[in-house]
Amino acid sequence: MAPVLPSAALAPPSTAAQRKSRTGYLLLFPGMTWLAVFFAIPFVTLFVTSLQSPIPGKTGRYQLGLEFGNYATALSEYWPAFVRSFAYAGIATLLALIIGYPLAYFIAFRSGRWRGLMLVLVIAPSFASFLLRTYAWKTILADESPVTSFFNALHLLPDGRILNTSIAVVAGLTYNFLPFMVLPLYAALERIDPRLIEAANDLYASPATAFRKITWPLSMPGVVAGTLLTFIPASGDYINAELLGSTKDRMVGNAIQTNFIEFRDYPTASALSFALMAAILVLVFTYIRRAGTEDLV
Amino acid sequence: MRWLRRNLITIIGILVLIYLFIPIAVVTALSFNKPAGKFNLSWNELSFNAWTNLCGVPGVCSSFVTSLEIGLVSTLSATLLGTMIAFALVRYRFRGRSTTNLIIFLPMATPEVVMGSSLLALFLNLRFPLGSVTVAIAHIMFIISFVVVTVKARLQGLDPRLEEAARDLYASPRATFRYVTFPLVLPGIIGAALLGFSLSFDDFIISFFNAGTLVTFPIYIWGAAQRGIPPQVNALATLVFVIALLIVLTSQFVQYRRRKALSAL
Repeated sequence: MAPVLPSAALAPPSTAAQRKSRTGYLLLFPGMTWLAVFFAIPFVTLFVTSLQSPIPGKTGRYQLGLEFGNYATALSEYWPAFVRSFAYAGIATLLALIIGYPLAYFIAFRSGRWRGLMLVLVIAPSFASFLLRTYAWKTILADESPVTSFFNALHLLPDGRILNTSIAVVAGLTYNFLPFMVLPLYAALERIDPRLIEAANDLYASPATAFRKITWPLSMPGVVAGTLLTFIPASGDYINAELLGSTKDRMVGNAIQTNFIEFRDYPTASALSFALMAAILVLVFTYIRRAGTEDLV
Repeated sequence: MRWLRRNLITIIGILVLIYLFIPIAVVTALSFNKPAGKFNLSWNELSFNAWTNLCGVPGVCSSFVTSLEIGLVSTLSATLLGTMIAFALVRYRFRGRSTTNLIIFLPMATPEVVMGSSLLALFLNLRFPLGSVTVAIAHIMFIISFVVVTVKARLQGLDPRLEEAARDLYASPRATFRYVTFPLVLPGIIGAALLGFSLSFDDFIISFFNAGTLVTFPIYIWGAAQRGIPPQVNALATLVFVIALLIVLTSQFVQYRRRKALSAL
């Protein structure tokens, strides 16, 4: 890890090593304190808030409590939103993998000296506002648009429309988080020695066999990282559901936002948020264990 | 037919790249539109009004400036804090390294809605007033991790022989840092700052939870989405996109030229 510096080896060992480590802690301290206070501790306050109970007679004011019932009420009311969040995010992740893999493969093996430019083009869309890009899909997927007419001509749309259905929400999620899939896939594919694939071809493996036996297994770390980096933000997103879906397509994020900011029902909102994080952690750990890669972090 | 089969991946790859840019084409096209009604969703009539009159709609430009200010303050602070952490991680030995790495990784793997709401829970319980300060605090928090990862990669990629050469030529540790290490790491730090700024400038969810009555550019867009987004917003977003793209492409070009010059030596 840390390169051993020759001058450090020559200097008197004890004082130099000590000073070094003290400088290390000094460099870490401000940033790590910031993360501890504004990232780690808020999870504790979130949990505490999720157990608070209302002060009778004062709306929007809550007192310390151990109301585990908050979780039951929140989940019994919003469990369909939970199911939708994970279903939409799961389908979007799968679609992003299917769309993103060829792109990552193309950049890693076929783009030659244009590779740097291609990577810029993958992240460039993020320079235009996330909200406006999502909003633009309202135009692209509108009822009279060519896209909708095309799918209608094939009789593929159950409602005859895309906008304000769950299809639009999943399409928006797939689009928005695609770069998070492509970049880790690219990083994994780029590390593969092309001679391995050539060797497979020399040994009369068909391109499909070579892909199945060599490329795909070697790209697994990228697949795992990409699916996680797509699934996690997608399951917490509510912008796509709000702008592209109907009220029947609301996700957990919508419920957390409405309860926190509009209803000022902080305990319910906190319970939903904490439950979302817990559910994601459980899913992620099961997934990582089944995928068999632990060198992610 | 054989040509098609051999180049299938390239064709699909380029099609996917085009797909990534379709919404941006829509955003840009609608900035030249004169909306028929409240909503600027379909093409009506060519107009340059949005571009010649960028601040013509109240609230658009002030929210834009608010986002620039918050982006600047949080990027500078987060870049400083994150760079310090990156140096500590690569150059120093200390206890708790894996915990440190985990705490830096977690913000990148936590959904924004959870980070935004938990930070709001903290501020509510502390009765801390919401506004530009709380939004900047939040932005610094989520940018730090991205800075650490970017600068760390650059530091790890440095050729150790360059610093050894400086020391062999009797440069003091301070001079080595000032004239060798820092200039070599600087592109990584600048890249991290640009990434941090774009994350801050575009952030909606975390900002919305902690903004109170403050209106950033994305918060303005969110509100306007209900009553119709003025074409000025499209024009400003297009402008930001073009400027950011130019910055990145120029830096790519400079790096390409430098690499070519080095290989010619």
